Amino acid sequence: MEQLQALYEQLKKKGLTAEQKRAIELEIRLIEKHQNQAHIPPPDSKKIMDYADLPMLQDSMVMHPVFNAMQTLDDLVSRDIQREKDGFPRKIRIGKMIKPSQDGEEKVVIVPTTVEEKLLHDAISEDEEEAEGDGGSGDGEEGEVIGEQPIRQEQGAGEGGAGQGEGGTHESDSNAYDMGRILTEQFQLPNLKDKGKRRSLTHYVYDLTDRNPGFGQVIDKKATLRSLIETNIGLGRIKEGQKIDPEKLLISPTDRIYRILSREKDYESQAVVFFVRDYSGSMHGAPTELVVTQHVLIYSWLTYQYENQVETRFILHDTEAREVDNFHTYYNLRVAGGTQVASAYRLVNEIVAEESLERDYNIYIFHGTDGDDWDTSGKETIPELEKMLGYANRVGITVAENGYGISGSTEVEKYLEKSGLLEEKKDLLRLDVMQKESDETRLIEGIRKLIS
Amino acid sequence: MELISQHAKKIMEGCKERARDMGLSFQDESLEYIVTNRDLLELSPKNMIPTLYDYWVQDVEILKEKGRYELYPGNPYETVINTRPAISFYNDNNPDWLNVMIFYHVIGHIDFFQNNLFFRHTWDYDFSSRALSDKRMIAKLRSEKGRWVDYIIEFSRAIDNLVGYHRELAKYSGFEKTEDLTRLDFYFDIFIQQEKKASVASYVKEIERYNGLVSEDPHGAEDRFIESVQTKHAEFESLYEKARKERRRRKSIDIFQFLMRYSDFLNKDENKWMLMVMEAVRATSLYFQPQIRTKILNEGWASYWHEELFLNDDRINGHEVDFATVNAKVTAMPRVGLNPYALGMRLFTYIEDLGNKGKISKKFQFITNMELRKKFDDKTLTGRDFIFQVRENCSDSMFVNTFIDQDFVDLHRLFVSGKRLNKERMTWQYYVKSRDADQYKNMVLDSLYHPPSIEIGVTDDNSLLLNHVFEGKPLVKEYIKGTLLGIEYLWGKQVYLDTSEAQVRSAPPARAGQPKTEPPPREIRWKRVRYRMKDRVLSRKELN
Repeated sequence: MEQLQALYEQLKKKGLTAEQKRAIELEIRLIEKHQNQAHIPPPDSKKIMDYADLPMLQDSMVMHPVFNAMQTLDDLVSRDIQREKDGFPRKIRIGKMIKPSQDGEEKVVIVPTTVEEKLLHDAISEDEEEAEGDGGSGDGEEGEVIGEQPIRQEQGAGEGGAGQGEGGTHESDSNAYDMGRILTEQFQLPNLKDKGKRRSLTHYVYDLTDRNPGFGQVIDKKATLRSLIETNIGLGRIKEGQKIDPEKLLISPTDRIYRILSREKDYESQAVVFFVRDYSGSMHGAPTELVVTQHVLIYSWLTYQYENQVETRFILHDTEAREVDNFHTYYNLRVAGGTQVASAYRLVNEIVAEESLERDYNIYIFHGTDGDDWDTSGKETIPELEKMLGYANRVGITVAENGYGISGSTEVEKYLEKSGLLEEKKDLLRLDVMQKESDETRLIEGIRKLIS
Repeated sequence: MELISQHAKKIMEGCKERARDMGLSFQDESLEYIVTNRDLLELSPKNMIPTLYDYWVQDVEILKEKGRYELYPGNPYETVINTRPAISFYNDNNPDWLNVMIFYHVIGHIDFFQNNLFFRHTWDYDFSSRALSDKRMIAKLRSEKGRWVDYIIEFSRAIDNLVGYHRELAKYSGFEKTEDLTRLDFYFDIFIQQEKKASVASYVKEIERYNGLVSEDPHGAEDRFIESVQTKHAEFESLYEKARKERRRRKSIDIFQFLMRYSDFLNKDENKWMLMVMEAVRATSLYFQPQIRTKILNEGWASYWHEELFLNDDRINGHEVDFATVNAKVTAMPRVGLNPYALGMRLFTYIEDLGNKGKISKKFQFITNMELRKKFDDKTLTGRDFIFQVRENCSDSMFVNTFIDQDFVDLHRLFVSGKRLNKERMTWQYYVKSRDADQYKNMVLDSLYHPPSIEIGVTDDNSLLLNHVFEGKPLVKEYIKGTLLGIEYLWGKQVYLDTSEAQVRSAPPARAGQPKTEPPPREIRWKRVRYRMKDRVLSRKELN
């Protein structure tokens, strides 16, 4: 906190407009407010309607379900498209992810979900510091604490979240692949242009490419005939100018040329995707949800486009940037400082340079922010961004407005406009600005904007 | 799904005999099926009714279920459904003793379904057969009308929690007023009280005048009286007709019936098929209503009897320990949380004990001395009879509201648990919030099902006007749009919804360092708002 104040003082000396001051002060206040505040974790206790006979009496029955492939997903999506044509809003939500338990192994599950809207009573609004009462039994005086649950930084909050286990499990990948396919086909997201392939060291294809005299799987007629004629010319059975009598030709065993199966190194595209997220105080709530959900969708789309050959790197930034291991942390971390976009871009540039990713990979960078930046003129950010555009296939910046500032005039938008990069490098740099209340349709629209 | 083996069936028939001897009453026939996991995946989105109509949301839910399964094993599934005959589901490899225990539980449910008055409207028909014919009807319509059938199902399901369940039940109560509004009733009850705002003196005077006429001419009195009223008040007749019409509209009619009867759109010839779909959705909802409202009772009753009957069954001696393990899991009171099996069973045991000691009496209620209350025992031994009465006449809210008292809360050391943020330790702390019976009761009541109450009216320009009766809770805002969209479609014209919304002004946070006492109450201001859905666009206006 003191560090931030110091930074703020420093910036003030350099000169800030009243509007910029206001924005920075607001963010500092928000950080104070949200510091240490977390989502209310799902209660461990079950409610009345969570109980049912089968799990209670015959629990073995519901433990091991059979999994089917999501065959009907395509149908569901096309039904949803038809809905829109009929004048009703879409109902299927795709990419809603359900979050794993806290017991170590975590999985991403991508499922189509929907809600059945009805007129229902609602709670009056959640109290941030006190959850609603529940039943209980046993010892304890009134007021006595009977259990504690630490507020972890990395929350395991309820549904609507996202998460990915260490190294990403197989299921999550195939799910992401499926979803990428759906996104591409049904939501008409564009296909990617091939930008150079490189020989894979780990992937092979098997093909009937090698020729082998004498034995093999399939006879290569043309090569066999050629060899046969060669042999017979050598034997003097075929002479120039004379008519060839096929019945008199001799066949040596090695004249029969076959094709045999052989292992070939495959060529493939590889991509590395940097997901960069602003986790400053002002990102709390809706902007974070939006950015993360969009990043999940982008990840799925790229997974499909590159047929699983996608590496992901996750970077979070406030005034400083850090790389985190997995999507789970990337999604859940919500501690916060101020905002300096440049720090994150610098980190990306460093990683790319250090690991020479530029040479072997198609590089994508997606950055989600609420548009605040304490580097108000982009003095530090723009040069880093320019550097990035030097190697990246695409840089997509999503601004999810936090609703505190004036719509359409965040710092990031302003200095990007001013730099002229959006026009100059139109094919490399994209910007998408969305409102706090955007829905999934809008998110997918946004992706189209970022990657087309 | 296949039927359970003859061996198991024979054991179960033995269970039925023993249950009957104890006073439970239920139909002779029952069907028991072996179900696999795959069956369950298909059954659960249909609420275990194998013949329920198909609807695409069920597919989504299947997919979601699968997703959920990867994360959370276990999910609400019922073991027995309220059909004729009742159908129950079993795992393939249950040992005999477990099947006996489960079947006693199932018998408890069947007895409850077939005797509790909140299920009265489900007694006279077999829901699974009705569901099957609805399913076929919907399938046939779908082949003709395509996706529009699904839109109608969707829009109907959007209002299926507003069905007139209690009105439906009232039909069986014998109390339902069927007579038309008479002119005389209208004159005294509505006209001079509400229209004329007559003083008590003039009201009494009118009654005297009428009584005078009756004593003069007992037969012609009413006509002569009304005649005099009509000459005196020229508007009387038209107001009477209006009130009569209004009353007929309101009487025993829910939003489904209202739309089905009065919507011009639905009553067009080409749209009449929609009525059938709506009726199917309505019937399904009505069927499920009592189940949601009797969860604690139903599970408590079944748990009470599976324990009672199992322990008295001589056939399965030697499995008491196995039984105890499963039974404890089912009926243990959780440290935090509400288990309907445990709570219901304890309440039944508690009131049986009250009945046995004659504590359900005025005599006992007037005793205030704690020691005397504790020792009180009239040895009436009417507890069993009493719990049978409770199972017949109560719903969850009545059960909880009537029988949870301080003695019960103390006996089982129950409390309302709270969960609060401790900022210094950075933890959520669970704590004992209150051991007061009233607070415990309110907490349980609060967790029970309670759909909003919506009154229906029509404005002069034939727009539908829905009035959400304020009961201290707002509606879920995000769902208003989708719901009204459907109602507008079914009504064919614009729809208004009046409801209340809360503005919460949180109290100033306690200063750091101060010991945290009771949090200051939040200030809530309610305001009335009107939503309007016109041409599929929602707008909102504050009312004053």
